[in-house]
Amino acid sequence: MLARLLVGIVRLLVGAYPQWIGSQPIATRRVYFANHASHLDTMALWAALPPVLRRNTRPVAAKDYWSRGVRALIAKRGLNAVLIDRQRGTSEGDPLEPLHAALEAGDSLILFPEGTRNAEATLLPFKSGLYHLAERHPDVEFVAVYLDNARRSLPKGSLLPVPLICTVRFGAPVVLAAGETKAAFLERARNAVMELA
Amino acid sequence: MTPQEWFDHLVATTPEPFWWVMGGVIALLVVASSIGAVLARSRPGATVDNLVARINAWWVMVAVLCACFLLGRIATLVLFALASFLALREFITLTPTRRGDHLPLCLCFYVAIPLQYWLIGSGWYGLFVILIPVYGFLLLPAVSALAGDTEHFLERTTKIQWGLMLTVYCISYAPALLLLDIPGYEGQNLLLLLYLLLVVQISDVLQYVFGKLFGRHKLAPSVSPSKTVEGLVGGGLSAAAIGAALWWITPFTPWQSGLLALLIVLCGFLGGLALSAVKRSLGAKDWGQMIEGHGGMLDRLDSVTFAAPVFFHVVRYGFA
Repeated sequence: MLARLLVGIVRLLVGAYPQWIGSQPIATRRVYFANHASHLDTMALWAALPPVLRRNTRPVAAKDYWSRGVRALIAKRGLNAVLIDRQRGTSEGDPLEPLHAALEAGDSLILFPEGTRNAEATLLPFKSGLYHLAERHPDVEFVAVYLDNARRSLPKGSLLPVPLICTVRFGAPVVLAAGETKAAFLERARNAVMELA
Repeated sequence: MTPQEWFDHLVATTPEPFWWVMGGVIALLVVASSIGAVLARSRPGATVDNLVARINAWWVMVAVLCACFLLGRIATLVLFALASFLALREFITLTPTRRGDHLPLCLCFYVAIPLQYWLIGSGWYGLFVILIPVYGFLLLPAVSALAGDTEHFLERTTKIQWGLMLTVYCISYAPALLLLDIPGYEGQNLLLLLYLLLVVQISDVLQYVFGKLFGRHKLAPSVSPSKTVEGLVGGGLSAAAIGAALWWITPFTPWQSGLLALLIVLCGFLGGLALSAVKRSLGAKDWGQMIEGHGGMLDRLDSVTFAAPVFFHVVRYGFA
């Protein structure tokens, strides 16, 4: 119910039209990773998926930001988000554990490997989480996604989105090659997103 | 009131000519769809696919318009407000804006649109005509300036003004026809709006058809490659003739109706041309892809943006 309302609002405000360039909207376990500039990103990507895929696709969100008040309601009830700890070392064990669990349970994930909303046009270096996920789940597809215009619509620090048509471009999956280093894989994944720009 | 009674009430309050015109439009669409089906079989190709997509979109647009007309004034205003919203969304998407434009843009979408249509709904003509050209014109650049970003300030301000004038101010003149007090025509103003939309859209369609069939001489190849002299003359004159034949739904005599239709056709043509030039300078072929086969909302309403204000003021001056 809340999810449907959210999708309706996002559609009216920013369109969130999908373009499947390098992959198709099929039901397989995936990690969609995208550039991050706006709070709209998660919603836009999620709304761009067909409803069947949306049901099993969970956005990954920072626990410190998304676990209070209205944000918590949207993240938990609306999007069924997986919350993770951004501050490494403050908690016990592997911070990626909830993500491994979700993938193992058969869900797909939406991930922003830049780690924070980025105000510049170029992408920040990717955090290493994407690599660790790829290493542990070789049978999951890692699909690069580029979100256009979300920054213009709702830039960091503003409360109200300007209605603008955002397109969501889905690229080809990036596969971790045998023996590929962490840095090389992350750079390749980052380039895959930038190529869609 | 039961749903049945409510529906009967809606039907009873709709002027009778409305049903005749709608019957005609539906008959026209049936013919168009049949031709489309035959062509799809005999000469399959991209042009025919596009034609069929356009006709299908027409069915949807006619259905939406018809439903809003039946529901009455407020539904019609809401429909046009939504059309303005979507058209402005397309315009701003193609226009480069910066962080400093955020607040002025929010004002355009969330204040200017509701206010403009509310003014029509409440019948406040005096403010309706100056809200955007005077207060919007002065306030928006001032708000932009407060954000402190002077880079390309004039270009950015100009583009926002243009978008707002075209997509909100100009389009809102179409439903503003409901405001006019025309002696002897009370309670039938929706038909005047229907007349405007029919003439504009039929003119667009016939210019396209005449252009495809007989087009030899391009009118403005660098601006709009599909516009031809033959299309304009053939389509325009036929649309004016259809406008004249529709005199019985208007407060005009047949001659007046034909001449006003000609005026609508000419304004619509200029609107299409000017907006094509704007579109080119923004580096796009279509305004969007909302309406299958047609492009965006603004691709469908570009002629209305120029025709509606002129038609409104001529009718207000001459007949109200």
